[in-house]
Amino acid sequence: MANTTRNSVATLFGISALACLAAGRAQAQRQLVMYCGVDEKWCRAIATTYQKETGVQVDMTRMSAGEVYARVRAEKDNPHGDVWFGGTGDPHLQAAEEKITEAYQSPMLPKLRDWAQRQAERAHNRTVGLYLGALGFGYNTEEVKRRRLAQPACWADLIKPEFKDEVQMADPNSSGTAWTMLATMVQLMGEDKGFEYLKALHKNINEYTKAGAAPALAAGQGETIVGIAFQHDVIDVAEHNKPVAVVSPCEGTGYEIGSLSLIAGAKHMDEAKKFYDWALTQEAQKIAATTGSFQIPSNPLTPVPPEAPDLSKIKLIEYDFAKYGSSETRKRLLGKWTDEVKNAPK
Amino acid sequence: MDGRGKERAEIASALPRFLLGWLAVGFAGLVLLPWYGLDEGVSPPALLAGRPWLLPLIPPLLLALSCSFGRTKPRVLVAAGVAGLVWLAAQAFLIIHRGWAFVWITTLLGPGPSQPALGWGAIAYAVACLMLLAYGLARLGVCKGDVFVVGALLLVVGLIALFVFYPVLCILASAVRDNDGSFAPTLFFEKLLSRSVWGLDCVFGGRSCGVAWNTVAEAALVGVLTTFLGLAFALVALRTRMPMKPLLRALSVLPIITPPFVIGLALILLFGRAGMVTVWVANLFDLPRSRWIYGMPGITIAQVLAFTPISLLVLLGVLQGVAPSLEEASQTLRASRWYTFRTVTWPLIRPGLANSFLIGFIESMADFANPLVIGGNFNVLSTDIFFAVVGASHDQGRAAVLAIVLLSFTLAAFVAQRFWLGHRSYATVAGKGHIGIPAQLPGFVRATCYAVIVPCLILIVAVYCTILVGGFVVSIGRDNTPTLQYFWTAFSIEKGVGGWFLSGSAWNSFLVTIEVALVAMPFTAALGLLTAWLLDRQQFAFRRSFEFLAMMSFAIPGTIIGVAYVLAFNVPPVSLTGTGTIIAIAFAFRNMPVGIRAGLANLSQIDRSLDEASLTLGSNSFGTLRRVILPMLRPAVITAMVYSFVRAMTAVSAVIFLVTGRYNLATTYIVGRADVGDYGVAIVYSAVLVVFMMLVLLLIQLAVGERRIGRRVEVPRIESPGTALVQT
Repeated sequence: MANTTRNSVATLFGISALACLAAGRAQAQRQLVMYCGVDEKWCRAIATTYQKETGVQVDMTRMSAGEVYARVRAEKDNPHGDVWFGGTGDPHLQAAEEKITEAYQSPMLPKLRDWAQRQAERAHNRTVGLYLGALGFGYNTEEVKRRRLAQPACWADLIKPEFKDEVQMADPNSSGTAWTMLATMVQLMGEDKGFEYLKALHKNINEYTKAGAAPALAAGQGETIVGIAFQHDVIDVAEHNKPVAVVSPCEGTGYEIGSLSLIAGAKHMDEAKKFYDWALTQEAQKIAATTGSFQIPSNPLTPVPPEAPDLSKIKLIEYDFAKYGSSETRKRLLGKWTDEVKNAPK
Repeated sequence: MDGRGKERAEIASALPRFLLGWLAVGFAGLVLLPWYGLDEGVSPPALLAGRPWLLPLIPPLLLALSCSFGRTKPRVLVAAGVAGLVWLAAQAFLIIHRGWAFVWITTLLGPGPSQPALGWGAIAYAVACLMLLAYGLARLGVCKGDVFVVGALLLVVGLIALFVFYPVLCILASAVRDNDGSFAPTLFFEKLLSRSVWGLDCVFGGRSCGVAWNTVAEAALVGVLTTFLGLAFALVALRTRMPMKPLLRALSVLPIITPPFVIGLALILLFGRAGMVTVWVANLFDLPRSRWIYGMPGITIAQVLAFTPISLLVLLGVLQGVAPSLEEASQTLRASRWYTFRTVTWPLIRPGLANSFLIGFIESMADFANPLVIGGNFNVLSTDIFFAVVGASHDQGRAAVLAIVLLSFTLAAFVAQRFWLGHRSYATVAGKGHIGIPAQLPGFVRATCYAVIVPCLILIVAVYCTILVGGFVVSIGRDNTPTLQYFWTAFSIEKGVGGWFLSGSAWNSFLVTIEVALVAMPFTAALGLLTAWLLDRQQFAFRRSFEFLAMMSFAIPGTIIGVAYVLAFNVPPVSLTGTGTIIAIAFAFRNMPVGIRAGLANLSQIDRSLDEASLTLGSNSFGTLRRVILPMLRPAVITAMVYSFVRAMTAVSAVIFLVTGRYNLATTYIVGRADVGDYGVAIVYSAVLVVFMMLVLLLIQLAVGERRIGRRVEVPRIESPGTALVQT
């Protein structure tokens, strides 16, 4: 008995010593640390494809845009990440404002679509547009049919009493998607009217989720009838055989410019720059659609998949990224929203 | 006379060898090992680094060297050790990677020099200084002059200071700073007293209440319910003839191997708007499907299911401590069953109930994953801290303030549990044998117990079935076609050009989790058992406070540890973030109390006369520990290792800020998937984790026989994470 005990102690120690060795093994390989703000499947495909094509070991962490920003900011004195791929543009702009991302003019820049180049201008080349995604909402077609509701088509439909407790959106305090929604309402209707709308909407909201894409999924699963999210997120859910239809609101809608930044002080800056150039090529950008992400790519040569929302049918507003990406506006509006809308009685 | 003299000479020659050895380590730290950077390994040693402020590190060692020839002077050694440590810390904290650490020095002296984070050289130097200090103190008579004991004590205290107190202090410091890092005490009070924390609007205004009240209310509710349920289970187990042993055994293992958020996840699949039960009931009675589960009800159910087994373990112990002879006496005096229960049994178990309540209270406060998954619009402190850091408002100061509020709640409960209940003993087990049969339960108490535990058991079975099955159907409840789709996404293996490789999305995090948990395992056990040995076998000043400090890390919620580690160890002097090391360290210090408990329980069974025999025969304390105690502690070693492994695999809140692409962990991956609503993969992964850990436990049990693990379950008074908090 004592012998087996001794053996098992020895085995346990042996195993952990092996694990120590494995953990400490040298990494002579070229590497790149990527913080990734888009869908997990897309992130993984980007990492493995790049690794396959160049031999660079890509170390990818998938986080929400807010989490990436928080991490880059926390690590600014001793950065561990090299490149920040994707995620809503606002945190990228804010990072650029704080100069925690690196200015870099890619040779690919002039070949990109206008909005991607404008994004780079706004940030003094500290970021660049990677894709465009329009805001909208999805609704559960089965539930709408079962309850004999009119199909919602406009923002105004969502505050109708028949959608009481049936609308879901993310909390703009934690989600870039929901912040885009808040900023869109303010720009579409003016601040006062916009907040009136949000207060009316509050009565119909069943939950402010933490993650931006969650309402789209919830609508697909029937947890809610309407989920406010980016249209490409809704399409992704619909592609998985869920009964959900995407709506581009009739009043017009805001959009995000998913961006790409280099982290200032990156340990593998040269590798990061090479990756940056690669990520803007059509070969890299067409990966998105194969993994179920249907944003509009910033490289015009990238084939737009048929599932992607048709930009010509979407009424985009003149989204003021400079104003609504600045930390002051953000802090003020978020404070006001939390106080007057989120904490308000229903 | 001759013999005494020889012996003394032996001691005299042996002891400076200790000293010389550590001096050699100290010099090696200065001259040979890379002074900076743990992972780079290219930095020159301290004396060649060309940084003049490192030179004062030499004199303490020279001083110690000079007095280790001839007659050693203990006071000089103490002074040398302290001087070395103080200068090491002072220069490291004053001069950091971006120059002076404090703005006011920069304004006073202009921009200063800079240096990167400390490395192996610095570690060797620090340990050497600590040992010089220990030697000096021992020669001065501390701990009966035992160098090994003083050294071990200083080492443990030093590690706890560095990895528990320093990070928590960093949180306190960041609470009084604004986002740019400048000192802003008014902002601190504004945040601390803010209405979003303490508001009582849910009572008066119909708005939602402050997050502090939410948390306290939730925790109190969970504390009461878990205690009630735990008591019902314990009464049925011990006071009725229902065959409960296998059931209790399963119940006590479940919370250990279940990642904390899994229950919340299963509840959504069962009772969510589109959940199986909801749909079934809605179709049956034509009711509108509601979202009642999201928010306080959901969190409460999930936490009650998760923490009741812990309460059960506590109360089983308490109930067994009630001597049946007292109850028999009562019944002999013609008291009815109910009267006996009310006037004899109940008062005797009351302190145990308070204890169980406080544990439920602390566990609920510290729980992060269930509120995250199922919380809906109901905010609690642990999740609010998380979103203050990662949310769009990025307010680290607010996170720190909330962390302080949460920490003061849990520490208050912990202190109450230790000092208020700790001294109150209602144990009726004395040296005298108490033969007797425990009283049967009064009829309606038994009926109540059954009425409570049967639905609870059904719910538990439903939850675990959902977890095990849910990942293998297309969409549980809606479309029950069996599928391996999610399993393959997570755990597929493909054949590529270079042979087979693991292409599933979960492999990386799964293997890394095992790797990190294995690395943390021996350290947790060693640290815990060493501390237990110091506590049980040695007498020294401040022993009680030392024990309190060692156990305290249990009461610090994981979210706080996570935030604190990021604040403390991201920048020099100690830079560890982004490594697997920091995750292993977080695990080791969080799970240390488990090791301590396992060690203490086992040590108390080993008679001291064995130590004394060994000491009398001329062995020193280290030799006794190594050759006498440790071999007999093997069961405790294994218990501590297994627990630390399993707990490391299921931890989530402490590490959610520490994971990186290379060191991603299973639990954070699952939470991330569940957060965006990808339930298929999340559930399948959870099921794999649960099954994997069950296999690990079974294998260990087979390997070491029934001795430990079996006994713990069958005689529930032996260690478990729950009782770790309870006893003493």
